[in-house]
Order: sequence, then structure tokens, then C-alpha cells
Amino acid sequence: MADRRYRAAEAGALRVEPLGELTAIFDRRSMQTHLVVAPMPEILTALASSPCNAATLAARLADRFDLDGEGDAAAILAARLAELAAMGLVEPA
Amino acid sequence: MRHCTRIAVGPVQFRIGSDWAAPIAALKTLYAGYPRDDARPADATVRLFAARPWRRWLRPSVHIGGDYIVPDALPLPLSMGLLAAEMGMNLQVALGWRRHMLLHASAVTKDGRAVILSGESGSGKSTLAALLGEGEWRLMGDEFILIDPQSGGALGFPRAVSLKNEAIAEVEARVDAARFGPLLAGTPKGDIRHLIPRADTIAAMHELARPALLLFPRFGGAPSIERIGEGEAFVRLTEASTNYVALGEAGFAAMTRLVRETPAFTISYPDSASGMAIVEQLWAEAVR
Repeated sequence: MADRRYRAAEAGALRVEPLGELTAIFDRRSMQTHLVVAPMPEILTALASSPCNAATLAARLADRFDLDGEGDAAAILAARLAELAAMGLVEPA
Repeated sequence: MRHCTRIAVGPVQFRIGSDWAAPIAALKTLYAGYPRDDARPADATVRLFAARPWRRWLRPSVHIGGDYIVPDALPLPLSMGLLAAEMGMNLQVALGWRRHMLLHASAVTKDGRAVILSGESGSGKSTLAALLGEGEWRLMGDEFILIDPQSGGALGFPRAVSLKNEAIAEVEARVDAARFGPLLAGTPKGDIRHLIPRADTIAAMHELARPALLLFPRFGGAPSIERIGEGEAFVRLTEASTNYVALGEAGFAAMTRLVRETPAFTISYPDSASGMAIVEQLWAEAVR
């Protein structure tokens, strides 16, 4: 499967509020509330600087998560990106 | 409507109309001690009506209507007109109110702080709040608590308390008989008897209280207390709010603030005495 590139929502579209182990995200465009756990909030933050694919995202997140040695990190992140896209929180670039 | 009354509960001014005199007379008795301002525009309208004109007399059955309706709701016999009025009032508030975030919860207050009890029907939240409200606490409400989006404060909705089944005798043993409505036996919700809140509850129904505790009670089983995180409290309370979605970002902001600023616990208790003791214990720790 091609490693798709995704972009973050435009600035101000999401209101992100950490609530302990969960993070509540209010999408001002859809008026929907999403509750997510790690690494979803971290992915959104890492994606904010510029659109990227899962492999690049893995590199950006490497210093926050111990991704070295996990050869399938990019595959896992690709799956998470697809889930975020399904929620409308990121979109294909 | 042939018969009509106005009732103010918390911030909500109800206009209640009925095809029959009896439910309105019963409401006027239950709510005699509430402030009355017939000139104030109604926030919510409840209609109790007969499906067909002759059904006013022949096996009279009460349909519940108003600003909002539940299309498939079954009518109630006229003997349960008071329950129909209560259900109608709850329905209009649950579906129509937008000025506050509504929580399906009971609450009591002391020293300007509120203990909010949220749970399903049968969790005992009404009984616990009613019993606490007969002691050193002031009852805020047994069905809805309203959260002010600006201040985060809790406002009561002290309608007549709807006691069910075993709770009726438990409260009857402690409270003057003059404060009870008629026994409604064999309703779809079991036996119901309404308790008129104490005068201090009604007099203070416009006072905001800062939430001090969020409790999720469960009746039955050994006494237990479990702290829950902000995220779980958020999930439980969004499920308990009838207008969270309708409020949009204001609801989101009010809810995140509430769960961040207020410690939350699930509690289990085998009887009212131990339930009340748990509330007092958690209160003492919360305000210490």
C-alpha cells in the first residue's frame, strides 16, 4: 500500500483538551467531540508543521516514542492516520 | 387548553395546560410554595391532552405534548396525570433548554459547594439526594442539574422529588406527611410519590453552587469508592447530558472545565445509610 501523505486540519479548526489518559478534541467544523488516546494527539501535533507520510511521521515522533527497532512503526502510524482521516481530523494531502 | 397553570422551577418557567382539571389541581398543590409570576413568558410548554374529544370522559388517557413531543409515547391513565405532567416537564427541559448544560443528575449543596450525583434510574441518586436534603444539606434537584457555561457553577432544578418504590417508605419515615403528593401506584415506573422540597431549597433555587464532587452511584453490593479520571468522567457526563451536543463548543468547554476542576468517584452502597456516609466521607476529604 502506498504511504499516503496527510495534512493537519487548518489552524483553529480543532480544540484539543487533554483529560488525563484521554484527550478530548472538539472539531469546530463538524461540532463533533472525539475522544482519543496516545499516540493520536501526538500525531496531530507532529503533523501540524507540514503534511507528511507515515514514514516521515515516524521520524518526527521518534524522539517522543521509542520507535527505534520497531520496523513496523510506519505501518502502525499509517493505520492511525487512516483512523484520524476517517474521523475527519486529518485529510489526505 | 381548558385548565392551565404556570410553575417556575429553577430558571425554567413552565406553562402547563390540560384537558382535565385533576392534574392541574394536583400540580397547584405540589407547587404551592414555589414563586409565581404569571406575567413572565413561558420557557417551556407542556400539554396534557385527550387523543379524541370523547376520551376526556371515556377511559380518559393522557397524551403528553408541548414544544417537543415523543411520537411513540404511550398515553397514561388519568389517575397518573401528575406523572404525565412530570414527564412532560422533564421532556421539555431535556430537549429544549439551551442556556445551561443539563446533567441528568441529582445534587445537594452546603457552604456554596455542590455534590452532583449522576446515574441511571435505579442508581439511588434521587433517594440519596432526598435523604441528604432532609439533613444538613440543601437539595438542589433530583432529576436535572444545570451547569452555567460562563461560571462553571451548578444551578438546581428543584422540582417535586419523584420517589419510587422502596424509597417512598424510607423518606415517609422521616418527613412530615404534609409534604407528600398522592401515591401513584402501579405506574410504568412502579409506585411513585412526590415529595415537596423544603422551603430553603425553593427559596435558594436561583443560587449557583461551585461543584465540589462528581459521584456516580450504584445501588447494591458492598460499599466501595473508586476514583475515576477526568476522561472517564467526561464520557459518563456527556452520556448523562441531554443537551451537550446541542450546545456545541460551549458545552465542550463547560464539560472539560467541570471534569478538570471536580474530583470524580464511582460509589457502590448496599443501603441509604452507607451511601450517605460515603458522600459525607468524600465531602470531608474534598473540602479539607
